[in-house]
Formats: sequence, structure tokens, C-alpha cells
Amino acid sequence: MKKLFSFLLAAVMLVASVSMLTACGGEKADADFKIGFIFLHDENSTYDKNFLDAAEAATKELGLSADQVIFKTNVPEGNECYESAADLADQGCDIVFANSFGHEPYMLKAAKEFPEVEFCHATGTTAHTEKVANFHNAFASIYEGRYLAGIAAGMKLNEMIEAGKITADQAKMGYVGAYTYAEVISGYTSFYLGAKSVCPSVTMEVQFTGSWYDEALEKEAATKLLSNNCVLISQHADSMGAPTACENAGVPNVSYNGSTQSACPNTFIVSSRIDWAPYFKYIINAVKNDEEIVYDWCEGFEAGSVALTDVNEAVAAAGTKEAIEEAKAKLIAGEIHVFDTNNFTVEGKKLDSYLADVDTDADYQKDTEAIKDGYFHESEYRSAPYFDIQIDGITLLNSMF
Amino acid sequence: MGKLNNCMIKAFCNPPVHIAKRDTLVWWKAWGIRTISVLLALVVCGIITIALTGINPINLYVTMFEGAVGTPRLVWNLLQNTAILLCVSLAVTPAFKMRFWNIGAEGQILIGGLATAVCMIFLGGKIPSALLILISFVASIVAGAIWGVFPAYFKTRFNSNETLFTLMMNYIAIQLVAYFTLEWSVPKGSGTPRTLEYGQLPMLFSQKYLINILIVVLLTVIMYIYLKYSKHGYEISVVGESENTAKYIGINVKEVVLRTMLISGAICGIAGFLLVAGTDHSLKSDTSGGRGFTAIMVSWLAKFNPIFMVLTSLLIVFLEKGASKISEVYRLNSSFSDIITGIIIFFIIGAEFFVNYAIKISKKEKEANV
Repeated sequence: MKKLFSFLLAAVMLVASVSMLTACGGEKADADFKIGFIFLHDENSTYDKNFLDAAEAATKELGLSADQVIFKTNVPEGNECYESAADLADQGCDIVFANSFGHEPYMLKAAKEFPEVEFCHATGTTAHTEKVANFHNAFASIYEGRYLAGIAAGMKLNEMIEAGKITADQAKMGYVGAYTYAEVISGYTSFYLGAKSVCPSVTMEVQFTGSWYDEALEKEAATKLLSNNCVLISQHADSMGAPTACENAGVPNVSYNGSTQSACPNTFIVSSRIDWAPYFKYIINAVKNDEEIVYDWCEGFEAGSVALTDVNEAVAAAGTKEAIEEAKAKLIAGEIHVFDTNNFTVEGKKLDSYLADVDTDADYQKDTEAIKDGYFHESEYRSAPYFDIQIDGITLLNSMF
Repeated sequence: MGKLNNCMIKAFCNPPVHIAKRDTLVWWKAWGIRTISVLLALVVCGIITIALTGINPINLYVTMFEGAVGTPRLVWNLLQNTAILLCVSLAVTPAFKMRFWNIGAEGQILIGGLATAVCMIFLGGKIPSALLILISFVASIVAGAIWGVFPAYFKTRFNSNETLFTLMMNYIAIQLVAYFTLEWSVPKGSGTPRTLEYGQLPMLFSQKYLINILIVVLLTVIMYIYLKYSKHGYEISVVGESENTAKYIGINVKEVVLRTMLISGAICGIAGFLLVAGTDHSLKSDTSGGRGFTAIMVSWLAKFNPIFMVLTSLLIVFLEKGASKISEVYRLNSSFSDIITGIIIFFIIGAEFFVNYAIKISKKEKEANV
């Protein structure tokens, strides 16, 4: 009996060690690996939910166990962020990730204090100039996703024009933005250009809220745009304010961060979003394989970083899905460019040169020529957007600098 | 029918239990009641935790402890957050003791922070760091004092309602700070405040927050002595107890109100300075983080005693830190940990009722009627 037992035990141990070996494949001990995430809000914000879902998906896919993944939610953009990042490093995390723009200086501070831990920060702008070896920025070429979402909007406008609901001149869209700066400007401009590519008479009004997350303000902004006779709304802010206002008014909405179809079944058309799972997989694998993480990571459709939700056929115009697919293929092939200077004017003139503020500094020094080969090169000199040009056809109702 | 009515009236006038004000309890009895209430709170929280989540409540409490004091870093963080909350509580205390409802601490903190940020931005790099720190310290005190004394002036001059006045001043301060945050944001228009490089409080014995903590310790001692042993402190209590008595014995009530609000605002200004120059090194409209309101609870719970306030502010911060660890470890929405801290605070406040009042069982009706 004893012999049998020891034989069984030995067999089990052998199997276990072999399977462990194959799992590790000679890489860094998998079980020791830890990653910590810092989120500005929790799953009630569409922005944070998008990150949370991606983090769950990526860590699950890579087989990390629950105690290898730490989530800290509701971390404000202040000293609390530094403390949280340092605490995650104390807890043995190999990677600390933060998802909000304002987390950046505090992540950088922690990065300098813990050189052996990788600090990755979404949407930030300073990694490529700070050059701290373990501090990294990441974004995605989301402007291309918004362009496609804009096509869906333009087709909906065409449908309204054809049905005689509005005239071509009344094809006015509304856009609820957070702040008047590059990330938002790049977003609404690409959305507008997408719509314009199928509906040439389209115009757009933009109302800013001065906050990334303020449900009441966003709803109010959307309501204001609706009362200005905007016939379709999109938004770049993180609450359900604008989609809800659209659903209540029965006006079509092109969403962001993810599908809002369950809450707005009668007005939701499509939503563009950044899928962060490819980035998470990239950084986790890089650390496990002892490879370097790039300072500034930016990917698009091909890596799966920019994604569109399923089109809501009940609201979208016929053929929307096909049109999106076609344009997407052309964008990937480089046949069309979102910010092609032939497709927009600034004060009535075509733009041949523009100095963008790519290197962040307190004096807002413009430093990099961004127009080459007939188009504005967005998200190429750094991952975070820097297109901040006011183009014709878009009216800003207010500004939030 | 008449008989029944009679019975009801009797039951109403002579309920089976009644509440009576206690004489001052001996300290051990009072603390006994408080301890029992905390234990009861833990039991209730435990039941709710099991019912809602199935988590072992003992593990939950261990997690709370770990989150608050699990590592030296967390202990320092706990102490630094306690210090800031205590600082604001010290600020509102003299006003509350005087029965002047200063609920404008939030705004007074922000204005102090704004003054600090202005100094750090416009003088940063131009003058030596030590001088800059001194100037921003003074500036924050002056700014906070002005913000505090403004409603007091209107109260004494026009008998305006200080509760509404101080509350409204919060919104002005919040909007001012929001405006300058956008104005100074980097990158431009992003709404993200710039990092203030110059004039940050230095480390002491390689501890980031030690200076913050020491400043607040000093303030606590001064405030204790000021309220308990100084003539000013006495005047504050008299005005708080009865304005007419104060007038009768020749206290200049207007002067006391103005002076006390100057002090209250000034200390809030210091809290703003500590937040901007000492910890965050940036300024946003949520830098004060609601401390101006939490401090009211801290101050009342401690019955305006600065030494007890050390305990009550520590308790609040401890619960806050522990709660966020609960969401982290169990991946629960922060609402759950809010429920837990809410219950605990409810019981602690409830305990004060039983410390001050006794519930007595009424004697038999006959005897009562005699």
C-alpha cells in the first residue's frame, strides 16, 4: 500500500513538473509574474469599462491566475495615483498600468523610483521625450476607427435626405466633446471627415463639457445640440449622458468606447473603440520574454487595437456594414488617408504645412511638421493624437481650454 | 370606545420606555458603549457581507487592515492622509464651537491651494526654493483667511446666513480653480494640470510626508491650547453657548466671529498648501477631495476636542483605505465597501446617542400616575 502510494505520488510529481516545464518553456517563472492595473473610475464609466474588459480578456487568454492580476479602481489623478502605483510595485507587480491621461506625472514619478518595474500608461504623451527606460506610453490609431464610424453616420444622413426627412443642407450632426484639445479635436474631425466622405453637404456643431465624465453635463450638451436641429449625435466623453439623451429624443447616435445598444436599442448605430487587449498581451509577453517594451506604442486595425462594434441594423442605413468594410480595407492598404489635405480646408484654403505640438512642454511649443505626401500624419510621431486644426464645416459652440 | 381611547392616550403619555439625558458618564462606561457599538457594527457588516457576497467577514476585516497598515508605505500614506483631514478638521473646529456653520472649508482649502499654485508657477525657478515655500505658505494662509472672513463679515454686518454663504463660496472657489486648471493645463486644453516642479516641500529623513505630518501635529497642539486655555478660546465657547450671555459679560461678539473665521480660513489655507506643495504638486478642483465636508464629521465626532480628532480622523481615513483594499482584493464595486464603512460610521455616531442618553423602562402605570 505504501509502495503504491509513493509510486503514485512520484508519478503525479513527474507529470506536474513536466507540465510546468512545458508551460514555462524556459521563460521567467510564470507563477511569479504579476500585473497591476490602475483605473480612474470603475465599470460604470464606459471609458474604464473598456479597459477593464480588455484587461480581463487579455490576462485570461494568457492564463494568468486571479492573484497575478490586481485591479485598483477609482484612483484619482493626484498623489493617490503615485501611492497606488508604488503599492502595486510593493506587491510585486512586474508591470503597472494606468489608464487615465492625468495619471501620467504620478506614473512617471513611480517609474523613476522603481526602475525594475515596467510602468505603462495609456494616452500619455511624454514617454518619448522623457526617455525613462521603464516608462511607456500607448495609444491606438483610433482616428481611423472614428472615420469609419463617421461613414456610418454619413450614410444615415443620406438615408434621411433620400427619405425626404431633411434636405441636404439640414444634414447637421452634433458632437459632445470633453475638452478642446488634440485628442478630442482629432476624434471629432476624423468622425466628420468620415461622414463627409459619403455625405458631402454635412456640417457639424461641437459642444464641450470641460470634463471627461459628467453625465448631467453631457446630457445637457446633447440636448442643446438637439435643440439646434442636429439630426445625429456622437460623443467623446465617458458617461451615458449623450446616448441617453439621444434615446429619449429618438435621434440616432454614433457611440464611443463600446456598444451602448442595450441601453439605447432604438438609436444606437455603431461605436468605435480602442481594444486594449492586444497592448496588454504585448506588454505581458514582452516582460515574460525579457524583451524591451517600446516607448510609444500605437497600433490600428491590423493588430486589433482599433475596433468597431457590430452595426445595429435596426437603426443604421442599408449597406453600412459593407461600406465600413470597404473603407477599412482601403485605410489598411494606404489607398486613402483620414486627414488627406484634399478632403478638408481651413478658412477656405487647402493646407500644405502644419507644425504640430508633438513634444509636450509647458510653453506649448510647436515642433514637428506633420503634413507630408498630401496628408496629415496622425499618431506617427507619437502615439497620442496631435491633430488640433479647426477645419471648415465644423462649428465650435464653446471651447474648454 | 372611550375606554380604548383613554388607554391609547395613557400608552402615549406613559410609553413603556423613555429616553432620559444622562449625567456625564464615567470614562470607562462611555468607552465601553463605544467599543460595544464598534463590535456590533462589525457583526452587522459581517452578516451583510455573507448575505451579499459570501465572503468570510474575518478575511474581509483582515483585508481592511492590510489595506490601511499592511506595509510601511501604506502606514505613511495613512498618516499623511490623516494629517490633511485632521488639519481641515482643526480648521473648522473653532467656527463650529462658536456655532458658526462654516461648511465652506472645501473652498477655503482650494483657494489656499490656488494661492500656493500661483506662487509655484510664477516664482518657481526665480527665487530660492526655501523662500518660495515660505512665500507660498504665507500666501495660502492669507488667501484662506480672506475666503473665510468674507462670509463672517457679512454675517456680522448684515446678519446674512453663514451656512448658505460659506457653501456658495465653495462653488466660486471650485470654478476659479477649474478655470485656472484649464488655463495652465499641459498639453493645452487637456484639462490636466501641469506638474509644479518648484517649491515642493522637501523630504525629511528621506520621508516624503514627514513635514506635512509635523506641521499638523504642531497645529493640533496649538489648537488644543488655544481652545482650552486661551482667553480667545473661552470667548469662542461662550459665544457658541449663548450669544446674549457673551454680550452681557462684555464680549465683542462681532470681533470674535471675525477673528475666529480668519483663523478657520487660514488653517484651511494651510491644508491647501500641504496638498499642493506637499503631496499632489498640482492643482485641480478635486484636489481637496471632499475633505472640507468630511472634516465636519471628524470635528463633531470628537466633540471639538483636537486630541480626540486625531483618533476620529485616523478612523475615517483607516476605513477609507481599508475599503479601497476590499474592492481591490475581492474585485467588488466600491459601492460595497462604501456600505461597510457607512455601517461602521453609523454605529459609531449612534454610540454617542447612548453615551448621552439613557433608555429607561417606565415604572408601572399606577406608580407613575401617583
